[in-house]
Amino acid sequence: MSETAELSVEKSKLKKEREPLFSKKNKKLITDPLDENNPVTIQVLGICSALAVTVQMKAAVVMSISVLFVLILANVSVSLIRNLIPNRIRIIVQLVVVASLVIIVDQVLKAYMYDVSKELSVFVGLIITNCIIMGRLEAFALGNKAWPSALDAIGNSIGYGMVLVIVSFFKELFGSGKLFGFEIFGNAVEKTGLYGLGYMDNGLMLLPPSSLILVAIYIWVQKVRNPSLIETH
Amino acid sequence: MAVNKDSNSYTVTFAIILVVFVGGLLAFISEGLKPIQKENLKKEKMQYILNSLPGKKSVSRDEAGDLFSQFVKERIILNHNSEIISQKTSKDPVDDKDSKDAFSIDLLKEYKTISDIKKRNYPLFICDVEGKTYYVAPVMGKGLWAAVWGYIALDSEGNKISGAVFDHKSETPGLGAEITQDFFEDQFIDKLISEDGNYKAIEVNKPGNELNDHQVDGISGGTFTSVGVEEMMERTLVVYYNYIKNRS
Repeated sequence: MSETAELSVEKSKLKKEREPLFSKKNKKLITDPLDENNPVTIQVLGICSALAVTVQMKAAVVMSISVLFVLILANVSVSLIRNLIPNRIRIIVQLVVVASLVIIVDQVLKAYMYDVSKELSVFVGLIITNCIIMGRLEAFALGNKAWPSALDAIGNSIGYGMVLVIVSFFKELFGSGKLFGFEIFGNAVEKTGLYGLGYMDNGLMLLPPSSLILVAIYIWVQKVRNPSLIETH
Repeated sequence: MAVNKDSNSYTVTFAIILVVFVGGLLAFISEGLKPIQKENLKKEKMQYILNSLPGKKSVSRDEAGDLFSQFVKERIILNHNSEIISQKTSKDPVDDKDSKDAFSIDLLKEYKTISDIKKRNYPLFICDVEGKTYYVAPVMGKGLWAAVWGYIALDSEGNKISGAVFDHKSETPGLGAEITQDFFEDQFIDKLISEDGNYKAIEVNKPGNELNDHQVDGISGGTFTSVGVEEMMERTLVVYYNYIKNRS
């Protein structure tokens, strides 16, 4: 009798002891997707936009920020209503949540940040189809509380943005000799800087296939640095 | 009372509540932001018209609203035969709902719905910059993915291009989307649209060749967009060219 009483006291103690906001487990939620469990290079999600929006660094950065915003809000809102969502229509519910968030982002950008919205044009709408977002909702937000879900969203979108920015760095630099629109290698039309010496931009770098090559190299480097990621079969 | 979350009635009720809530929220946000978005579009159009004028490239969207009536003296609509259909001056307030106001003409809508180019409207903005007259002609066509458009400023004789501004809906960033960059737009300055007193269209060539007075470099990797720019200018500018010739 006393034993069970003690047990229940201990249980309630455990329950009362709140997890610190940035416990080890929670920190891992942010750091894991940056490297070991990167959504693009390891889980191979969101590849489509990684191929398309990496021609210029500016677009890649703005895209990453939009995904960050949408993913945090989607993860938190799905997590908050996770116990109410009927299991059979959960995918549709997630889709509705994501789609409406994306529309809100699009509308707000159009009203208050018109120039940025023009920069992103169709890509904002395409956030809906970004597999990372649905993937995180389904894999994480549906089974976790709001705070860890928010952290998970931050980690994953930064992991995604990181790959986008790194890939776009090489694509913009070698494809058009610029970074954030600034001419690094000189002016190609007026033949100044490196172009004066006969250097030419690599046209392939402007096209989607070069992203595949760059992402593959990224994965290669990542797996050399961390051999535990190498699959053995 | 325990709710059976797997039951049909719960699922349907949940779906209905969710959709009504989300739909209402989106409608609310959309209605609330619409006036700001419309104002943005209107100011942007004014900005483009001003930007095409020489020395006015740096006019920002916020300034455009005030400066517009200062530089744009007349807003007229032409038909395909270069005859005036309607005329407004800078004294008439810009009204984007008045179909007789050249500013209100939605070229994209006409481009999509009126296939006969003879039935379309041709708005023209007559501007005055430091005593010189410029004619700003809007052009509308299609690129690789969707619409491309621009505003071309012609000098008082109608022979020479004094400035050009282009924009697009969704051309590929880094490729076709480069038509909005200064290096592309500025090529058009001082190019001629007439030869021996007749209209001659501007050609957008593959980059790297020698250019004459009627040719500019296209965008490498953005061929479809470049072709679209060439086509819309060729098709539309002739109307304005004839009007300016008859007027002067």
